[in-house]
Amino acid sequence: MSADIDWIALSVFIFFFALVTVMGFFAARWKAGPVDSHLDEWGLGGRQFGTWITWFLVGGDFYTAYTVIAVPALVYAVGAYGFFALPYTIIVYPFVFAVMPLLWKTAHAKGHVTAADVVHDTYSSRGLELAVAITGMVATMPYIALQLIGMGVVIKAIGLTGELPIVAAFVILALYTYSSGLRAPALIAFVKDIMIYIVVLVAVVVVPAKLGGYGAVFSAANDAFTAKGGAAGLTLKSSQMLAYASLALGSALAAFMYPHTLTGIFASKSADTIRKNAILLPAYTLLLGLIALLGYMAYAAHIKVESNNDVVPMLFKVLFPSWFSGFAFSAIAIGALVPAAVMSIGAANLFTRNVWKSYINPGISHAGEASVAKIASLAVKLGALAFTIFLPTQYALDLQLLGGLWILQTFPALVFGLFTRWFRAEGLLLGWAAGILWGTWTAWSNGLKPLATLNLGGSAYVFYVGLGALILNIVVAVIGTVLFDLTSPRTATAKA
Amino acid sequence: MWVLLLVPFVGLLWVPFYNFQEPSLFGFPFFYWYQFAWVPICSLLIWLVYRSRKPDETP
Repeated sequence: MSADIDWIALSVFIFFFALVTVMGFFAARWKAGPVDSHLDEWGLGGRQFGTWITWFLVGGDFYTAYTVIAVPALVYAVGAYGFFALPYTIIVYPFVFAVMPLLWKTAHAKGHVTAADVVHDTYSSRGLELAVAITGMVATMPYIALQLIGMGVVIKAIGLTGELPIVAAFVILALYTYSSGLRAPALIAFVKDIMIYIVVLVAVVVVPAKLGGYGAVFSAANDAFTAKGGAAGLTLKSSQMLAYASLALGSALAAFMYPHTLTGIFASKSADTIRKNAILLPAYTLLLGLIALLGYMAYAAHIKVESNNDVVPMLFKVLFPSWFSGFAFSAIAIGALVPAAVMSIGAANLFTRNVWKSYINPGISHAGEASVAKIASLAVKLGALAFTIFLPTQYALDLQLLGGLWILQTFPALVFGLFTRWFRAEGLLLGWAAGILWGTWTAWSNGLKPLATLNLGGSAYVFYVGLGALILNIVVAVIGTVLFDLTSPRTATAKA
Repeated sequence: MWVLLLVPFVGLLWVPFYNFQEPSLFGFPFFYWYQFAWVPICSLLIWLVYRSRKPDETP
């Protein structure tokens, strides 16, 4: 990529960045509430977001900037297999519809702010609460780092080099998140999502028109995969099918265990807000599927890249005038700010409620919680920034992959309690540990690939490690619960 | 009605059902347009369940 600065693109980029910065600071006064007096205000925007705000907020932080870069890059590299993001982001919504309103009701009735709050209230177990809280914080950190990497890719495409632009962007983000809390990303999400919709709708109409239609795009990709030797293609190899389905299912179950997605849930006004969003959010999935196709368009446009992550920026630079690529790059960079802000808020809420309040200062006031969370959000973001600058990009990718596997292991503790009180904290904690240990060890020994192989009756089954670990987790939790029931019968403390 | 929520799981997780190039539609191979088609179908199914359920007791 050329190191020359594209001044037109840069001007457009700076204009939009300045716009959202002003909005970010202004957000503290939006839907006014006493931001500093209560964690519900800073960390959940006052629990008042209705259907449209929640749609923009959850859409903005679930479909992250990194997705816009990474999904087409994966489709470009491995073909049909990279498309698992589409079934994943479809089947997640029946799950959200069935489960998340129940979680919201529990959280709303008791004033819970985090997943670990809900778990502690259900099982009265500090150990399980801490396990859920730490898993959430550890899984979120590399995810924030990935957003920075996504932002770095587009900043590089404009022609700016060095770490300074990204540090500057991040300091601004950190400051307005600190002062406005969740209101800042919620307000900026409107701008980000509208920009991304414009970019993608223009791209999926204009690019195929320039390249000879979708038929030509798919056949160019097909030719390229055939020329590479046919390990990837436009459809799945039979050995990839189970991996594809299990990645889609495992990712869908993990998606709403992350602190940033749950923050969007807890911040909604009512259970019905969440149900309506389960019906409306798939619009973003359509967008994501179209974005994924940019990976094939790169073949039709004969784009050559050093790193797969440059596929999307290069496609825009080659096919569009500077002002539009500048607009597209701003959309992606602003798209990184929204999830990065919500993730740091989600992690800060966990730290405040489930580490600080539980272990350091149980008598903390509501205003005290808000100020601890504000400082924690700064620390989380600094950590992610240091991660991006000082460690190789691959570490963030590997850790994010492991993060998905880890966060999925909190599923039984968080979700089962909404439907049954049969499970015991001891069993769930053992299951969590078994899932994390087996999953991490298996992914590690396969060279940090998300897939595991099971040999049964002479045939090999390749599947997503996270889902395997979840099954092990549940089995151990069931056995653990039965054994603990035998050795130490339940006391009457279990809450109805 | 709640069983409708399971339909997308069956339709999308049973991969051998749609792992083909033909028939294509508007240049999209079957594998792609089939999965795209599930996006509105899934919304529709959830909406049907939403409509059929009893409203929350309290707002």
